[in-house]
Amino acid sequence: MTTAPLDLFGVDGLLDDEERAIRDTVRRFGDHRLRPSVSEWFESGTVPARDLAKELGALGVLGMHLSGYGCAGTSVVAYGMACHELEAVDSGLRSLVSVQGSLAMFAIHRFGSQQHKQQWLPAMAAGEAIGCFGLTESDAGSDPGAMRMTARRDGSGDGADWVLDGSKLWSTNGTVADVAVVWARTDDGIRGFVVPTGTAGFTANEIGHKLSLRASVSAELVLDGVRLPADAALPGAHGLSGPLTCLNEARLGIVFGALGAGRDCLDTALAYAAEREVFGKPLSGYQLTQAKLADMTVALGSAMLLAVQLGRLKEQGALAPAQVSLGKLNSTRVALDIARECRTILGASGITSEYPVLRHANNLESVLTYEGTAEVHQLMIGQALTGLSAFR
Amino acid sequence: MRIVVCVKLVPDATASRSFEPDHTVDRVSVDGLLSELDEYAVEEALRIRDAASEDGEVVAVTMGPQAAADAVRKSLQMGADSGVHVLDEAIAGSDAPATSLVLAATLRKLGADTGPVDLVVCGMASTDGTMGVVPAMLAERLGLPQLTYANQVTVDDSNGAYRVQVRRDSDLATETVEAAAPVVVSVTDQINEPRYPSFKGIMAAKKKPVQTWSLSDVGVDPAEVGLSAAWTAVVSAEARPPRSAGTVVTDEGDGGTRLAEYLVEKKFV
Ligand SMILES: Cc1cc2nc3c(=O)[nH]c(=O)nc-3n(C[C@H](O)[C@H](O)[C@H](O)COP(=O)(O)OP(=O)(O)OC[C@H]3O[C@@H](n4cnc5c(N)ncnc54)[C@H](O)[C@@H]3O)c2cc1C
Repeated sequence: MTTAPLDLFGVDGLLDDEERAIRDTVRRFGDHRLRPSVSEWFESGTVPARDLAKELGALGVLGMHLSGYGCAGTSVVAYGMACHELEAVDSGLRSLVSVQGSLAMFAIHRFGSQQHKQQWLPAMAAGEAIGCFGLTESDAGSDPGAMRMTARRDGSGDGADWVLDGSKLWSTNGTVADVAVVWARTDDGIRGFVVPTGTAGFTANEIGHKLSLRASVSAELVLDGVRLPADAALPGAHGLSGPLTCLNEARLGIVFGALGAGRDCLDTALAYAAEREVFGKPLSGYQLTQAKLADMTVALGSAMLLAVQLGRLKEQGALAPAQVSLGKLNSTRVALDIARECRTILGASGITSEYPVLRHANNLESVLTYEGTAEVHQLMIGQALTGLSAFR
Repeated sequence: MRIVVCVKLVPDATASRSFEPDHTVDRVSVDGLLSELDEYAVEEALRIRDAASEDGEVVAVTMGPQAAADAVRKSLQMGADSGVHVLDEAIAGSDAPATSLVLAATLRKLGADTGPVDLVVCGMASTDGTMGVVPAMLAERLGLPQLTYANQVTVDDSNGAYRVQVRRDSDLATETVEAAAPVVVSVTDQINEPRYPSFKGIMAAKKKPVQTWSLSDVGVDPAEVGLSAAWTAVVSAEARPPRSAGTVVTDEGDGGTRLAEYLVEKKFV
């Protein structure tokens, strides 16, 4: 008789029927549709993003926690559990969903005009249109306020066009996107723009040679005199708080998601240790192995309890940014530690693509860094604790 | 078209399954799920409903302990419109004749309460009992034509009345069989690709009506169902012993002979 790590924590009991049903559906979709191919996608560094987006859209994953415009309107925790199951397959697939739903769609849903919403959200929810999010630049990552991309008005009065110049780096989904939510410097501070990727002057170049998150598209976006109508600016977003609000939204998905990758590693290691015989008996029967398994289970389960707690706080509208930082920092660190420890249990098998463990570990290096690096989240928490900002 | 789809909750085959002291399957302490073979039935019912020119309705019907309601819920999440759960302690241990008796009575009550049923869709068997006889027994009890093991179902509603045609593929022949509705159809796992419940479907399912009926509600005498009324009795049941390692024959020029000897010894030839 064995118990699954998260069952020891009674995580199931913290979910309602609907959340469980959504989790089970995504798990099944992952097992049938994604798992059989994911290692191939990772190795070849290509992913059928357009097809997957349509399938994920039909399921209702894209923008699932938003309401109206064809979005399912689920709870935050349901969204978290969907991310958890997707990332149990691969962080790259969860990234596709995070960027689509929590960055691009959320930005339009929260800050866009009626017209932006009607034009883009239903198609994005269905996965017929893909979105990307351009905030990071080559010289502005953790400090997005240092961005160089500019948007200037050209023409007279309120109807004057916008002209965008500059480039963005690391935009997930960039080369497959139909629409980019791009942040740029204006005379009135930082503004967001809804940019159809077919607009003249817009190009997206895929970033190759990645050793992490290979089953995900990363791109450089180059905007060379991209001319947009006056109403392309997101009316509701003024200043850096706009993109930062979007990031907080997506981070919550990562809080749950990263732990999915950790869980998959732990499940793999448990199964492997039970089968693998060393010195005449199963690896799982040795105290050193059990100590590893027990410690990882404690870390994973505790992190999951924190994730659910943060999700519930968000549902009550009571989640502060520093609290999201707690979860993002903890989940990514815990998951990465688990992935590495599980790798040791698998021995040499652990470095092959036959098992998901090192793939997860590699992916989690990206997850630790994007959406606010671990250090940035330490600084956020530090600021909440001390009242002192140590960013500069 | 009013369609009833009969669905069953079965123990999760990936979990460890066990028997009760009376040799019936333990349906309470294990996780259950909608029988995979019934998913094809639900999918087909939904497709027929949605392809019809007029508005239709799919009612998911199940019988079994409290947890069996999950089979109805899953059907509602996939897109069925309403559900009926026949829940009664006396049902435990029912065999196929008793199951078909309860389902037939349930269908009669459904017809009487809310209007005639045009089509009953079943899976070809349950994944736990794998008897595959309930659809036929149900048709017999209701006095309806049965079109079983369908690999394809087409409904023609052009003349104001429904005609249901199915294709059955066997090793030797492909048959096309048809009957005028109402009919009972059972479908195979080749017929379609069941959908995943969409999140909107999952959210909407909560608000769909599910009625819970007892045996007396459907007019079945408890003495006619359950373990004590079963036509057969399971005398003993044991888990299959784990597979042993098998015999490896190393070919030292006599491999063929030794293989043949093995087959003879085991009475395979
Ligand atoms: C696979 C992948 C996908 C991505 N997708 C997107 C996307 O879709 N859209 C988007 O806009 N961006 C995306 N990013 C970019 C990501 O958000 C940035 O990489 C991240 O914010 C870090 O920026 P940087 O890489 O420039 O590192 P830097 O900011 O240069 O940081 C380098 C190091 O310095 C540390 N550091 C920075 N500031 C401080 C400080 N004040 N005190 C102490 N240490 C500090 C950091 O923690 C880090 O360890 C993606 C990145 C990756 C890897």
